[in-house]
Amino acid sequence: MSEQRLLLGNEAIGYGILVGGCTTITSYPGTPASEILASVATLKRKQNLDIHVEWSINEKVAFETALANSYAGRRSAVAMKQVGLNVAMDPLMSAAYTGVKGGMVVVVADDPGPHSSQTEQDTRFFAQAAKVPVFDPVSPRDCFSLIQKALDVSEAFEIPVIFRPTTRVSHARQDVWVPEEICVEQKPASFEKEPTRWAATPKFRFLLHRALNEKLEKIAEKEELQPELLDPNQNEEGKVCILGSGVVLTYAWEILNELELLPEVPIYRTLMPYPLKRSFLDSLLQKYERILVLEETYPVIEYQLRNLDRVFGRLSGNVPYEGELLPETVEDIIRNFLQLPSRERVQADEAPPRRPTLCPGCPHRASFYALRKVFKKGIYPGDIGCYTLGLNLNAVDTVLCMGAAISQAAGFYHAFKGNITKEKPDIVATIGDSTFFHSGIPALINAVAEDARFVLLVLDNSTTAMTGNQPTPETGKRASGELSGKKISILKLVEACGVEFVREADPYDVKDFIEILKEAKSFVQEPGGGIAVIIAKHPCLMDKEYQSQFKRLKVRITDRCKSCHYCIDNFECPALVDVPGEDRVTIDYSTCSGCGVCVSVCPRKAIVIDG
Amino acid sequence: MSNSTTFQQIVLGGVGGQGVLFITKILAQVAIEMGESVLVSETHGMAQRGGIVVSHLKIGGFMSPLIRPGTADILLAFHPESVLNHRHFLKEDGKIVANSPDSGPLSINATKLAIEMGAPIAANLILLGFALSKNLLFCEAASIEKYLSREGMKNVDVNIKALRLGISKGEV
Ligand code: SF4
Ligand code: SF4
Repeated sequence: MSEQRLLLGNEAIGYGILVGGCTTITSYPGTPASEILASVATLKRKQNLDIHVEWSINEKVAFETALANSYAGRRSAVAMKQVGLNVAMDPLMSAAYTGVKGGMVVVVADDPGPHSSQTEQDTRFFAQAAKVPVFDPVSPRDCFSLIQKALDVSEAFEIPVIFRPTTRVSHARQDVWVPEEICVEQKPASFEKEPTRWAATPKFRFLLHRALNEKLEKIAEKEELQPELLDPNQNEEGKVCILGSGVVLTYAWEILNELELLPEVPIYRTLMPYPLKRSFLDSLLQKYERILVLEETYPVIEYQLRNLDRVFGRLSGNVPYEGELLPETVEDIIRNFLQLPSRERVQADEAPPRRPTLCPGCPHRASFYALRKVFKKGIYPGDIGCYTLGLNLNAVDTVLCMGAAISQAAGFYHAFKGNITKEKPDIVATIGDSTFFHSGIPALINAVAEDARFVLLVLDNSTTAMTGNQPTPETGKRASGELSGKKISILKLVEACGVEFVREADPYDVKDFIEILKEAKSFVQEPGGGIAVIIAKHPCLMDKEYQSQFKRLKVRITDRCKSCHYCIDNFECPALVDVPGEDRVTIDYSTCSGCGVCVSVCPRKAIVIDG
Repeated sequence: MSNSTTFQQIVLGGVGGQGVLFITKILAQVAIEMGESVLVSETHGMAQRGGIVVSHLKIGGFMSPLIRPGTADILLAFHPESVLNHRHFLKEDGKIVANSPDSGPLSINATKLAIEMGAPIAANLILLGFALSKNLLFCEAASIEKYLSREGMKNVDVNIKALRLGISKGEV
């Protein structure tokens, strides 16, 4: 029995993965990919499915875990955001050569814009680099069916395949028909030893490479993977056409529909932008006078065309090289391509900018506040997570990629250690618990071994907050809510990395926390000192379990407040607001969490707790 | 590309924590139950932390999840700033229904009413009720109410109360 459900693209992918028969599904959370594994984990729990679902420690581990299941002849899926693939690139490059037995789909969500990422990298490019096929869905409905096709191709050709939605597909919602009850077809695991493949030495790698190239050629030829008309009601007449992949084609369809030009301008949609069949591309070039190529974000399809003379796209300078292709941009491009007058459009107003901030009551804010109290001048390497927003408190100077806060802190130390004393800045790095697990540990070991000196705050809120509160290895919780009973202690890990100064403290106790930071500061500067690590432990307020035990305090601003704005400027809790006409700062009770931390912040003791 | 007769493009704008996604989902679900095709685009990630949140809701035979500037029928502005942020999405005769400190024919101080009700978070439903009372949306208040009271829904009493409050404010 099927039911019609309103699904996010990512949820539709989750359904497709399960209906497609995957028995191991792994992921590391990251916007815009996080809901994929979350939806699989929910379905597992609700329908009691006998599958392995895990939030892995990082994307590389996630990839390798899923890959082994496919080596054992079973179908697998791994999901991540685009920059996560950078971390998993090592196993992907090699897995393209070894291939798989059971189908394996690598879901990588791209983020043109970017909306929530460090880069706008195009995963289809990475697919080309690794020599694996890549599929590009256009909508949630398409996600559900296309990913099953991708799994079939993967299994038939024994090659991992990439499935690449973009933010606008992952975070679109649509009515999708899906089965009410999912039945995951279980094949028993069996591993056939084949050292020349699974453990190939360089000598055999050459042969695997050749086999890979042959597979790609066959896949490109496959009839049911050929580009098709996006709208089957369109015909192939006309002098010009659009060729592309992904959600941008749906913008093109709506624009042509409005212009009543759908009959004249066919839209060819490549299900699989790489590898494309040469003869198909050549036939398009023969059939049409001009071709517009629409794709995000790099010219992947365009580069595969042999003759670019009559091609309208990035390489001809008609499509922007960076940024998301929004519908209005696509409209401008299409009007230009069809030599139609451009459309007058009301411009967006200059609205007051609104920067994201940490939630009211966020324990990170307390940590950053204390950090800035003790370290007035310094270099503050930061990392990826909610706490990147320590930027607002001037407590984050660098944000590179996962785990880099620690290695960069060490790098800054080595860079400055030769300077004369008074030019040596304090170095204070911050990293979240999940990011520490993800890739902070090797960096910390390295920093200790190289005798670097800095203070490290592990902002431990026992969750992966930014992406929707996924469990970390510290919690002993697994993806579907089961308890594993295996809790990994950050404190012990830090000690085992060779760090001699380790303290755990609650940043809500601002005064004590400041004292510990001062101790850490002197330890770093002592002759026999080293790296000082403080684990700032307090749960994220968005954590459902914590919310039920959180004790809300009622804070009030008394007339001691002289409206000096110290709290607003240095603590920036969004619930502390300056209301014009009021002689004191006001608490916005509709957003105040009742954490009570601001009480310790006000130098005049004007904020009090009423109960 | 369905045979639907209702076509409506709604922009819902607010800031993180106001429950814009919740309202979007209610409307989308009700549309599906009316037999319409639905496409929605949502904001996730960093912007949810107090930043600008916007959803696009398209009902009827559309193919893309995004609304083009100059084509939306309605803007539901959950925050006073949302009007400025998103009004360029509206077509010429598009309508704005706003949560604003000054009430007017199409605006209401939902934030204040919600605080008075003792449920600040329900400002979103007050605004929705208000919009429904103006007969601007593709659906009727009754279908929303039915949806809010179905099994598995949380805070049914508060939600219904907020919705009705919005409706009654719009009717006077
Ligand atoms: S979600 Fe949690 S960690 Fe993130 S800003 Fe809010 S309270 Fe802080
Ligand atoms: S108690 Fe103070 S610091 Fe905490 S959320 Fe309320 S205003 Fe902000």
